[in-house]
Amino acid sequence: MPSTMNEPMIRARDIHKRFGEVEVLRGVSLQMDKGEVIAVIGPSGSGKSTFLRCLNHLETIDRGRIEIEGEAMVTSGSDGLARYVADAELRRICRRMGMVFQHFNLFPHMTVLQNVIEAPMVVKGQRREEIVPRAEALLRKVGLLDKCDAYPSRLSGGQKQRVAIARALAMEPDIMLFDEPTSALDPELTGEVLRTIRQLAEERMTMLVVTHEMGFAREVASSVVFMDGGLIVEARPSAEFFAAPEHPRTRAFLHNML
Amino acid sequence: MDYVISIIGPLAEGSLVTLKLFFITLALALPLGLALALVRISRFRSLALAVGGYLWLMRGTPLMLQLLFIYFALPFVPVVGVRLPDFPAAVVAFALNYAAYFAEIFRAGIQSIDRGQYEGAKVLGMSYGQTMRRIVLPQMVKRILPPMSNETITLVKDTSLIYVLALNDLLRAARGIVQRDFTITPFIVAAAFYLLMTLVLTWGFQRLEKRYAVYDE
Ligand SMILES: Nc1ncnc2c1ncn2[C@@H]1O[C@H](COP(=O)(O)OP(=O)(O)OP(=O)(O)O)[C@@H](O)[C@H]1O
Ligand SMILES: [Mg+2]
Repeated sequence: MPSTMNEPMIRARDIHKRFGEVEVLRGVSLQMDKGEVIAVIGPSGSGKSTFLRCLNHLETIDRGRIEIEGEAMVTSGSDGLARYVADAELRRICRRMGMVFQHFNLFPHMTVLQNVIEAPMVVKGQRREEIVPRAEALLRKVGLLDKCDAYPSRLSGGQKQRVAIARALAMEPDIMLFDEPTSALDPELTGEVLRTIRQLAEERMTMLVVTHEMGFAREVASSVVFMDGGLIVEARPSAEFFAAPEHPRTRAFLHNML
Repeated sequence: MDYVISIIGPLAEGSLVTLKLFFITLALALPLGLALALVRISRFRSLALAVGGYLWLMRGTPLMLQLLFIYFALPFVPVVGVRLPDFPAAVVAFALNYAAYFAEIFRAGIQSIDRGQYEGAKVLGMSYGQTMRRIVLPQMVKRILPPMSNETITLVKDTSLIYVLALNDLLRAARGIVQRDFTITPFIVAAAFYLLMTLVLTWGFQRLEKRYAVYDE
């Protein structure tokens, strides 16, 4: 193990990604320290989801470099083409990141508890007796212990999303990625999910959160990243960001949102 | 009534041949069909294409023709040519044919599973194999129950095709008695046997569907 004392949790350098003719990410760089909470905001189609998905290899990048706490998962040589590390290594590195989706992606054929214990059992080979108490503790933490034996279809959107968070946490990730975790929810249900994420922030979980919730970005995030047209236009500590946005496009966006 | 009871014995014997063919075909065609479906959707392009060709061939020609080919013509094919006894020949033809139909049902079922399920599994660190085994295939089962029910009921009735190989299945047993006794009663009793078998199947599938009804998607 290399020394990881001062390495940032995520270091992404000059990420390029195209879908066919369209270059969706045009050189995105981001650095994130342990315990930081960064909110990613920006107009629709600006590449926020794509960037997040590149970080944990749901999409492959064309060019650039991604390191997780000093360990490179993809690098680019002098020819500029991205080269990923070997599969097993890649999976191990990606496993350090948990992800929560806009549409939850819970496993409908499993109960809430099974959803949470499945990956620790199948991927990490943990024994049931060992993981169930931890899963129950996580479900208690997100306020859903009483729903243990319910199937996801019986839950509200907010409850589903909290199960999804517990499920991701059960793998003990060092970083959590959220892609618009409240966008598919009725307005009255967003609060319970945001409270859960806020609680994680208080526990110093490193989190990258794509969101349209400006109030959440302002109050919970340590920094805010504004993306537009496949680029990071502005990235600053959140207090500064909202008090005095520098870039005209940021100002126009915030003006429309607030 | 006494007459009906007297012919139940031989018809039941014929049913055994029918049921034997039915169960052996299922036992072979289900795993083979699943394997074909997985190859068909795999990223090994040439293999996937080859399977596509196989499915086209097996679904595009009559089962009766395949049956006759394997029994009568296969022995004369160079290299692979073997003479199979009648029952094994029937098993091979049925298994190969039904595997093709099952493969299409499996493929459609697998492809109906939302991409989000694969992504949800992947970000939890699951491999492709784990994702298939634990997430995709179990959900596929629920979705394919209705077409599978249809297909297996068809299989029960298709087994009667083996009369061309002079195997004493239910239908052939009935026909033998009809010709001997000059009465159509054996046909009616045979129909009752077939109905009973398909009834049990329908009932079995209903139970399965109920069991899978514990969750919605
Ligand atoms: N799999 C794909 N194939 C082709 N184009 C894609 C794909 N995924 C995303 N895109 C395109 O890439 C661009 C960026 O998409 P992305 O989803 O990253 O935007 P976003 O910032 O997350 O937007 P939103 O706020 O609407 O979620 C869009 O123009 C989108 O149409
Ligand atoms: Mg998005």
